Amino acid sequence: MATLRAGDVGVLLAGGGLVAVLTWWAWGGEHGDNAVIRAAGQVVKTAALTHAQTFAVDGPLGTTHIEIEPGRARIARDPSPRQLCVRQGWLTQAGQAALCLPNQVSLEIRGRTSAYDTLGY
Amino acid sequence: MTRSVIELPVTPDDRRIARLAALAIGLTLAEAAIPSPVPGVKPGLANIVILLVLLQVGWRAAAWVSALRVLAGGLLLGSLFAPGFWLSAAGALASLAILGLARFLPNRHFGPVSLSVLAAFGHIGGQLALAGWWLLPGAAVIKLLPVFAAAALIFGAVNGVIVARLLAGPASSGRQSGSCIPPSTP
Repeated sequence: MATLRAGDVGVLLAGGGLVAVLTWWAWGGEHGDNAVIRAAGQVVKTAALTHAQTFAVDGPLGTTHIEIEPGRARIARDPSPRQLCVRQGWLTQAGQAALCLPNQVSLEIRGRTSAYDTLGY
Repeated sequence: MTRSVIELPVTPDDRRIARLAALAIGLTLAEAAIPSPVPGVKPGLANIVILLVLLQVGWRAAAWVSALRVLAGGLLLGSLFAPGFWLSAAGALASLAILGLARFLPNRHFGPVSLSVLAAFGHIGGQLALAGWWLLPGAAVIKLLPVFAAAALIFGAVNGVIVARLLAGPASSGRQSGSCIPPSTP
């Protein structure tokens, strides 16, 4: 029997692909360190993305619920009519942001270096 | 005088498993002496024995040898029931589970190299899953994933080639390899 069979080559290639994907996923792009929560333009809370926690922020329409987990954050519930910020799902990369404009609440991920100086919406 | 009442019959299978486990434990100890740049990145030489047992005897025997290796290795290295022991046990368990499935892969196309690489990924997967859940919850483990995965791929492939060579080579040429695993009659 040959030392290396057809399937073995496939397994090795798949393993190499897995390593590449993991490298890109873990090291590519900058993962955010902090979540900055704003209401009506004012920063109300800055939380490190280290452990699971939830925040409730009040806006003109009601309460926005923000969920933080190790390495990621999202808007879990929001009274805005079109639910755009909720549907953005989990934010992981520095510079990502979810804006609930009707309720004037925003969630932004910050890293050690920010990709943009300023963002205009 | 009372005669000895407890008698544990020892079957040839028991002796064989004990002999193979001793071999695996020896490799574990030898490996512990090798300095490693990253804690946890090891060649996993004992997996060579586990794979040989799996391919020549069967999965049950491989599971026995693996369990004995983890237990006795922990005892001899002084890490029994310490975090490192549990990581080792989780890795061995995941690796055995994957081997239990992978042994059904068609033999024509998937040789020892496939099994070894899959087992290595299972090992590292089990260890990191436990470490991420128990020891280092959070993002710390994620950053280490590529290092461990690359090590698993490389060492798994090398060990697999060694196993393939041991199986392919003439059984009597090696000093130990021939007599170590006598042909089994299931």
